[in-house]
Amino acid sequence: MIQHGESVSTAEAKGAVVYADDYLNKLSGEKIERECRRRIAEGCRELVVNFSQTEVVNSIGVSILLGIIDTASSNGAKVLFSDVNENTVELFEMLGVTNHVTIVT
Amino acid sequence: MTENRSKLIHTFGALAELGQEVSSKNGFQETIRTSLHLLLGSLAIMRGGVARYSRFEHELTVMAMRGLGDNFPLSLSLCQEDERQFLVNGLHPIEVSQASVLPFFQVYDRSFEQSRVELLVPLVIRGETLGAIFIGEKASGESYTSHDREIICAMARHIGVAISQRNMMSELERKADENRKLYDDMRMTYKDTVKAFAAAIDSKDKYTEGHSVRVGKYSEIIAKELGWAEDEVEGAAVAGYLHDVGKLTVERKIINAPYRINAKESAELNKHPGVGYEILMPIHHPYADVPLAAKYHHERLDGRGYPDGLYDREIPYIAKIVNLADSFDAMTTDRPYKRRRPANEVFEDLQRNSGKQFAPEIVGALFKGLLSEMSGETKDKKFRRLLGREYMESEGLVPVLKTALNGMPSSSPIMLMSLD
Repeated sequence: MIQHGESVSTAEAKGAVVYADDYLNKLSGEKIERECRRRIAEGCRELVVNFSQTEVVNSIGVSILLGIIDTASSNGAKVLFSDVNENTVELFEMLGVTNHVTIVT
Repeated sequence: MTENRSKLIHTFGALAELGQEVSSKNGFQETIRTSLHLLLGSLAIMRGGVARYSRFEHELTVMAMRGLGDNFPLSLSLCQEDERQFLVNGLHPIEVSQASVLPFFQVYDRSFEQSRVELLVPLVIRGETLGAIFIGEKASGESYTSHDREIICAMARHIGVAISQRNMMSELERKADENRKLYDDMRMTYKDTVKAFAAAIDSKDKYTEGHSVRVGKYSEIIAKELGWAEDEVEGAAVAGYLHDVGKLTVERKIINAPYRINAKESAELNKHPGVGYEILMPIHHPYADVPLAAKYHHERLDGRGYPDGLYDREIPYIAKIVNLADSFDAMTTDRPYKRRRPANEVFEDLQRNSGKQFAPEIVGALFKGLLSEMSGETKDKKFRRLLGREYMESEGLVPVLKTALNGMPSSSPIMLMSLD
């Protein structure tokens, strides 16, 4: 079973899925940020952050996700958010996070 | 309307968390890092940084940053004009693109442009510049509204207060450190003075040269064995060093008399405890009982001592220690009219007089100290040197001391009161 903050490579090996925790605050947020940075440094070009376990994203979580997006963008990688609940999608849209990331179901 | 409300809830959540973070017990660096996350996340700002200002170095040092890139300067200098303008501006965001008049923005113009810094908020709290916050673009790409700026100011104020508190703590720590050093210097001066006094006392008597130093050392060893705290042991040593200070006023020929002195001379000599007390009393010693040790170090438990003929419990404890240390030194060193005595005799004498002249637990403490040194448990070179090989390496003394200790009461918990 995949734990939050861990990731799996996708079939093409140029992509990875990183699983976020149920509450995306500093502790868990920094864990997925480290994992995303590691994957990008390894050459991953499509990074999926899976929010299926995530109920709440606070300001720290938003800041960390923006950091992941920025790092990916500087390295020519693409970030996708998957399985995001309705409230969190609303939050991301309201803050303009969705300008930089594709949300998939 | 709903969107505005959600935004407000999100922002207030960030503000509440920031308040908690600033008042938390987390480390300062961690607090600043978290505060930056909260500020950036509250309005979805792509990049930013927090710097602390040193008014001594006129420099902003970046403490936390995100997304500003590796080329962003980690320390930024401010000239007097910048500082003045920051104070005039107060805690309000400055548009970097419209602030090129100030030297600061001219110097760092390229860095701000490359790192896409849009706003700079000087952290001015109670008329003092404490730092600055660098803010990049919003994820939405929209310009900062007046509402956004108010939120930024509110959060910046929290961060400024955190820096202010840290500065105050640093200042307190610096002052405490300074005071500690001053105190150490004073202690050193005090110790040197005490040693100088001891040397002056001992110089009056050629036969008992080094007597005060030895009594100081033996008193220290006894206090240690009694389980006293470090500064109390130090106090006992000082009391030993100074116990004979009153002899400074006794005629040299009486002190150095190569015969048993007569009654008149004895009366003159016996004034030295009282005189010592008078000399030491006006001095503010770090240890309470130093003058009392001088006054009562010739008192005996059985009331046959002088100057006041006090009995057991009436005698200050420190005086009992110095009394034993003094007598022990008298027995183990040559005097004008008397050769030092063999180790076995000395210990027999101390045991025999335990409970009459000396407090038994204090005799026990001296024996324990000697035994530790003789058996190699402790290695106090000064102690060995002062007492001399003849005693330290006396054949068969260890079993004698062990046997003697078996019949002695254990150490007393009574301690010398420290004045600090």
